[in-house]
Amino acid sequence: MSDNMRLRVRFEKTGAIRYIGHLDVMRFFQKCLRRAEIDVAFTGGFSPHMIMTFAQPLSVGLESHGEYMDIEVHSVTDSQDMLERMNAASVPEIKIVSVKRLPENAGNAMASVAAAKYLVSFREGRTPALFKEDPARVNEAISEFLSKETIPYVKEGKKGTREVDLRPGIFEFFVKEDQSLEMLLEASSGDNVKPAQVLDALLALHDDSLSENALQISRLDTYTRKVSVDGILGELLSMDEVGEIF
Amino acid sequence: MNRDHLALSDDILMKIEKPARYIGHEYNSVVKDLSEVDVRFAMCFPDVYEIGMSHLGIQILYDMFNKMDGVWCERVYSPWMDLDEIMRKERIPLFALESQDPIKDFDFLGITIQYEMCYTNILQVLDLSQIPLLSKDRDDDDPIVIGGGPCTYNPEPIADFFDLFYIGEGETRYAELLALYRKHRKEGFDRENFLREAAKIPGMYVPSLYDVTYHEDGTIAAFSPRFDDVPEKVLKEVVMDLSSTYYPMKPVVPYMKVTQDRVVLEIQRGCIRGCRFCQAGQLYRPVRERNVDVLKEYAMTMLKNTGHEEVSLSSLSSSDYSKLPELIDYLIEECDKRHINISLPSLRIDAFSLDVMSKVQDIKKSSLTFAPEAGSQRLRNVINKGLTEEVILRGAHLAFEGGWTRVKLYFMLGQPTETEDDIRGIAELCNKIAAEFFETVPKEKRVNGRVQIVASTSFFVPKPFTPFQWAPQCTKDQFVEKAYFTRKCISEQLNQKSIKYNWHEADASVMEGVLARGDRRLAEVILKVYQKGCFYDAWSEYYKHRVWLETIEECGLTPEFYTSRERSLDEILPWDYIDAGVTKEFLKREWQKAQNEMISENCKVKCQGCGAARFGGGICFEERVAGDE
Ligand code: SF4
Repeated sequence: MSDNMRLRVRFEKTGAIRYIGHLDVMRFFQKCLRRAEIDVAFTGGFSPHMIMTFAQPLSVGLESHGEYMDIEVHSVTDSQDMLERMNAASVPEIKIVSVKRLPENAGNAMASVAAAKYLVSFREGRTPALFKEDPARVNEAISEFLSKETIPYVKEGKKGTREVDLRPGIFEFFVKEDQSLEMLLEASSGDNVKPAQVLDALLALHDDSLSENALQISRLDTYTRKVSVDGILGELLSMDEVGEIF
Repeated sequence: MNRDHLALSDDILMKIEKPARYIGHEYNSVVKDLSEVDVRFAMCFPDVYEIGMSHLGIQILYDMFNKMDGVWCERVYSPWMDLDEIMRKERIPLFALESQDPIKDFDFLGITIQYEMCYTNILQVLDLSQIPLLSKDRDDDDPIVIGGGPCTYNPEPIADFFDLFYIGEGETRYAELLALYRKHRKEGFDRENFLREAAKIPGMYVPSLYDVTYHEDGTIAAFSPRFDDVPEKVLKEVVMDLSSTYYPMKPVVPYMKVTQDRVVLEIQRGCIRGCRFCQAGQLYRPVRERNVDVLKEYAMTMLKNTGHEEVSLSSLSSSDYSKLPELIDYLIEECDKRHINISLPSLRIDAFSLDVMSKVQDIKKSSLTFAPEAGSQRLRNVINKGLTEEVILRGAHLAFEGGWTRVKLYFMLGQPTETEDDIRGIAELCNKIAAEFFETVPKEKRVNGRVQIVASTSFFVPKPFTPFQWAPQCTKDQFVEKAYFTRKCISEQLNQKSIKYNWHEADASVMEGVLARGDRRLAEVILKVYQKGCFYDAWSEYYKHRVWLETIEECGLTPEFYTSRERSLDEILPWDYIDAGVTKEFLKREWQKAQNEMISENCKVKCQGCGAARFGGGICFEERVAGDE
């Protein structure tokens, strides 16, 4: 379609704004881009929409430092100027971190999501018994967990429950020095794995479960996969690294 | 201020529906440095966020207050049922959205009162704020609770809950009121003293400074100020120059989808038409227009500052705005470039409006709206609705030629003098419109083969300061009977398959009628009903008619006294001490003319001498035009 360019915008969602749902974040950006006078392209028809896609909906209550939105524009100035204009038209809790131009062959933000990295900690008074034990014991429990060939888990969806195997979707999972947990998990739309599911599965092995609203979760970044010349999917790559500063 | 501080814990926010209602932080919301603030004003719309955020009046006042040095105005709305329950259980005080601080620590709590069925929500807001419900129980540390909005033209049923009412348009007297407040704070605050002085500011009504006595039959014997220096009558406040007053160039932009998710341009205040059932048409006299160049500039600035994708005109009757074509042409041109929608409510259907609408809407998806309000010409003369069958059919004909296939019609049932013939007229009018479609559009051109006509009726509730303020309201049974009869008449029409009929519930209309023309004795009812767990009465799923009826009886009152009784012309009405600009003589004249089925020309054609000319401006001093219908 025409000479339009595609831009990838990385942003953070923090503080009070973590209680704003995904649809409202989309609405926010539709208005924010207008305020910033970004030359966004629209679909045709009687009620034209901005051409934009988001990498992966973030659940209400989560913070994120690695959210992505792709937009199609007719014209650009430079990365820095556009970033500044967007931040001036935003609220402090939604901060634009980078604006980059996507190469023509890049997949769109939504379709190309492969993984997401999370920082997870337990809310006060809600740490499960296992995680109160000494770090060596916790690490041992995690490696035992990860060494399993399959990790069956019953997902509850809108259309009832369904059993899945979590194991292939857990790429990294370890305890950090400050006792918080870092997880790199599958995030493609069909097979998305959530931090709570991983912990639930782990705790189940120890006859325990998460208490209500036990986790404090921050998404650190979202990833795609490198695509080789012959179209084979390769290693994970931050979605930010696909585009280029201009 | 710590922007991360929220009044509600994460556990609560994660548990409730739509936490975005309670966290503030919206774009354009105003946050001030507390060290530079000496008056804190909480502005409340006592309904859920999505409704309250859509109200233009609050946005105007929010902007006005926040432009004042040392004043910080914040917003507060009714917590939804789920949060309400949690706040009661955990004793969490209601808080303002911007600072998340408790309302009880504010200097003022201003409540806009737009409809009668929100009265119990006012008590909910006070209660959750931990402010005593009755004005007389408040002490010097409690906020001053002040009411405004259309319902304050008869504030008597809620008089006990308020310290002060501001009668009229908010732009004029708040600066004076706040100056007085500051003076009293400095000199050692005494609530009673302050209110007594405040009562001397034009537009201010302090209910506690007046005594009411009643005759044995329940009508009012006397209504009088308790002190000599308290005015006997309170005249409403009006802004005469609408083009150089406050208007919010940076309205707050909500995250959530709210009812009015767009830039709103108030093109004029008031209405020239003088429909006899309409309260707004009387309260906001005289008509004052905003300058068209000012409006163009406002539109562009507000669109830029909000990022909204739609702009809407607001007024009681947009078609009567003198520069409408110029304004609309400008908006169409500018908005088209920017992919911005234009919404044009309250347009009369004629060649001009159809042309405009075809440019701004998808004809296939939109519908035409007519509000004849009554089914026969006779009854339309009674209510002074200057819309004739001929005009409606001509409009429909043009619209069908232009490709429209959906028509919405609004009527009221139960207006004074209504007969079965008038009701049958509703059905017949719908039928004629359908016939017009079949005559206008040849078979082969009919999309989906047919026309869709939706007729809706609401039940008429007489309101203060209208010519019908003396009229008896129908009982519930009469209302229901009328609705059934309407349905029956529609089903007898030749084109009945093309006509769909909707009607509103009758229960709430009865109670709206009680409250609209009620007196101070109803405060006890409202309080008791609230204590029995009623609020969100404006939401039909929460409205408990039986509880209301039984409570009215417990208090020794009857709904009929307020609704179906015909008031005599010399009865002292509970709202008589308020001067809304229109004189009682004018209203009586109109009531007489209504009974004689005589119409009154609109303000543009002929002045009816309503009394509003005393404000010294607006339509009353403009040249008359001949021949406008
Ligand atoms: S005084 Fe005359 S022109 Fe003015 S509002 Fe009243 S009727 Fe209309």
